[in-house]
This record gives sequence, C-alpha cells and structure tokens, in this order.
Amino acid sequence: MIDLQGYGPRLLEGAGVTVQLAVLSLILAIILGLLTASAKMSRSWLLKRTATVYTTLIRGVPDLVLMMLLFFGGQIGVNAISDMLYYNYEIDIYINFNAFAAGVLTIGFIFGAYMGETFRGAFMAVDNGQIEAGKAYGMSSGLVFRRIRFPQMMRHALPGLSNNWMVLLKTTALVSVIGLTDMVRVAAEASRATHEPFTFLIPVAVAYLLIASVSEWIFARLQKRYDIGFGGQ
Amino acid sequence: MLDISAWFNDLLAGNTIFTADTLGYYWEGLVTTTQLVFLSLIAGLILAVPLAIMRSSKHKWISLPIYFYTYVFRGTPLLIQLYIIYYGVVFIDGIQDTFLWPVLREAFYPALIAFTLNTAAYTTEIFRGAIKATAQGEIEAARAYGMSQSLMMRRIILPSAFRRALPAYGNEVIFMLHASAIASVVTLMDLTGAARFVYARYYAPFEAFLFVAAIYLCLTFAILFFFRYLEKKLLAHLNS
Repeated sequence: MIDLQGYGPRLLEGAGVTVQLAVLSLILAIILGLLTASAKMSRSWLLKRTATVYTTLIRGVPDLVLMMLLFFGGQIGVNAISDMLYYNYEIDIYINFNAFAAGVLTIGFIFGAYMGETFRGAFMAVDNGQIEAGKAYGMSSGLVFRRIRFPQMMRHALPGLSNNWMVLLKTTALVSVIGLTDMVRVAAEASRATHEPFTFLIPVAVAYLLIASVSEWIFARLQKRYDIGFGGQ
Repeated sequence: MLDISAWFNDLLAGNTIFTADTLGYYWEGLVTTTQLVFLSLIAGLILAVPLAIMRSSKHKWISLPIYFYTYVFRGTPLLIQLYIIYYGVVFIDGIQDTFLWPVLREAFYPALIAFTLNTAAYTTEIFRGAIKATAQGEIEAARAYGMSQSLMMRRIILPSAFRRALPAYGNEVIFMLHASAIASVVTLMDLTGAARFVYARYYAPFEAFLFVAAIYLCLTFAILFFFRYLEKKLLAHLNS
C-alpha cells in the first residue's frame, strides 16, 4: 500500500470506517424508509401525520445540525436516563454514547425520510391486482409483502435508492466534524500536520469516486435482476 | 397542565441562554449564512449557463471536460472540496504577494469558492437535462425560421429550459442552504457556527441546536414557498 508519509494505513482504516458507517446507515435508512412509506399509506390518521412531520422536519434541517444535536445532546440525554435509573431504581449502568453510533443513527434517521418518499412512490407503482391475486391465493399480508409487493416494488425503487445512496455516501464525510476518524478526518489532520493538503485530500476524493463507481455497478446489476420479466426496460 | 406551565415559567426565569448577546451571535450567523448561500448561488448560476450549453454540445472535446468537472464535483463530498480549497490556496505560487491574498486569507472566500464550484456543477447538470428535454418540434420551427444556433439558444431553448429546470433548481437551492452548514468547520461564524459557539459556552446542546434547526426550517420553508410561487407564475401555461 502507498505509504503517504506514514498516513497510508490510517487512511485505509478511515476508509473502512467510512464504508462501514455508510452501509450500516443505509440499512437503518431502508428499514426506517419502509416503515415511513407504510405509515404514509396506512389508514391511520396518527401514523400518517407522524410520518409527514418526520419527513418534513428532517428534510428542512441541515444534516450537520441534526448530527451535532444528536451527538452533543445524546450523551447528556443518555446520562440523564442512567441517572434517573440510578436514583429511582438503584440500577447502576453507564452507557457510553460513542461517535460511531451517533453517526449511524443520525445518517440513518435522515435518509430514512428520503427513502420513505422513494418507497412510497414505488409501492404505489405496483399494480393493485397483483396484491389482490396474492390475497386470493390465501397468502397472509406478510407473505404478500415478501413475495409480491417487495420484489416488484424494488424495480421502481432502485433508481431513487441508488440516488439516495450516493448522497448518503457523501454525507458520511460530516462525521469527521463530530470526532469520528473516517478517511476525511485522517486526511484533514495529515494536511494540517504536514502542510501538504493535496497529498492527502486528493486520494480521499478519488476514493469517494471509486466507491461511487463500484456501487453504481452493483446497482446496475441489481436493476437487471429486478427487471427480469419486464423486457429490460 | 399546572406542571407544564410551572416548567415553562421556570424556563423563562432561568433563561440564561437566549439573551440579547447570544441572539446577536445567531443574527450574525444568519447574515453570514445568507451572504454565503446567496453569493455562491448567483455565481454558480452565472457559471452554470455557459457550462450547460457546452455540456450539451455535440462535440466530444467540448462536452467531455465539462462532464469530468461535474462528475468530480458531484461525486465527492463538499467538505473535501472545501478542505482542498481552504488548505490548498496557500500553496498557489506567489499568491501571498498578490493583492488577492488579504481576501483569500479569510475563511469566507475559500468557502465561497468551494460552494460556488459545487453548486455550479449541480446546476450545470440540471440545466443540461432541461436543455436536452426541449421539444424537437420547437427546434425544427426555429430552424425553419432561419435562426442561427445562438439566436435559437437565446430565444427558444434557454427560456423554456429555465422554466423546466425550476423545480429541480429549487431543490438545489435548499440543498445549498443545508450544505452551507459545513462552513462552520473552517472557523466561519455562520448559523451553525453560532450554535456551536453557544453550545460550547453554555454547554446547552438542546437549546443551541434546536433553536438553529428551527431557523433553518423557517429558511427552508421560505425558499420552498418562493419557488412554488415562481412555478405558479412561470409554469402557468402548463397547468391550465
């Protein structure tokens, strides 16, 4: 591996943090997105409202502000809960609120709102007759979701999903601000220490482009997989 | 109910955070954020129009370099771009002797340059999409009138492309407002910078960041309504 004045291994480690963070947040975002989409399409007024407020608030506030709120406020919040448990129930636990968890939670939470919109559109694009047919076969609603709605929905959701993923990947750079040592933070530290910003920042930029290209390829494969039976359009 | 009102009174009485002092910091932050976002959007828009025309050129040697530029700036985080310009500007040969140095030494201008280049890249792609979507019949009609390429661009393609680009451009403006929060990372006192300062001084993360989140939310809604109004005015012919 390229040494980069001894920062090479640390940069590589940082890249690992970036990828882990991005993938974990994506999983959380997909789960939250599916829940939000279901809530928005449900008949319950309360669920609909909650989902709308969630997506509106999240999309109106910068990612960095939400991240700082959760990261700086999170430790205080967690401490308050553990204090409460100690004084009221004499349960003595200490929960460490680390930067990685804060990062995954915030990014997942933010992109859950965007995913919700993507999934809602995709769910609505699935022909209702398909779902009725599933019910006619006596499938439970869980089975209908797993075997009929989800596979057909993914075809419509993938372009939006891939778009959201690209934005999410770039958003992970912000965790360097709240103290996580991803590749951006390592590069920024190295730049300050050695006064050679280009040596470290340009490889990191290239790494982002590389990750983006690889994921583009994966999404193209997935799209092909989910387009089966639709004439590849 | 009593409990809540007592809590609220307590909050008002014990309010050490939202004093004239800290509200002053937030106000300064609001001014910086607005300047930064507004100036970079204007400069980005001016850059994006010719770039988008070049990007939709039939000649590969014109469109490819522009594609490379938009690909790099849209594919990497804005934070990296900001760092490269902020830390890198010192290393341009002889920059410290020129008249530009006092300007570039402050964090505001590197941030402005980074934001401008970033939004120009996104706007170029938005405009390119809109130019490409011009109805073929309109172009044929313009040709039939004997318009030159540049006259057709000016009178036929661009006016309708701008209108088509409006909804996507509105999103870009909101995106830029939110992205500007990272200016605080290079020591700029923008809205987020003010919130960080208030947090650090009073160790009150919830108050400091929730308040600034509310300001951003208001700004976002203001932009949203402005663009809805514009769309209603400029795209009226499509709705009726």
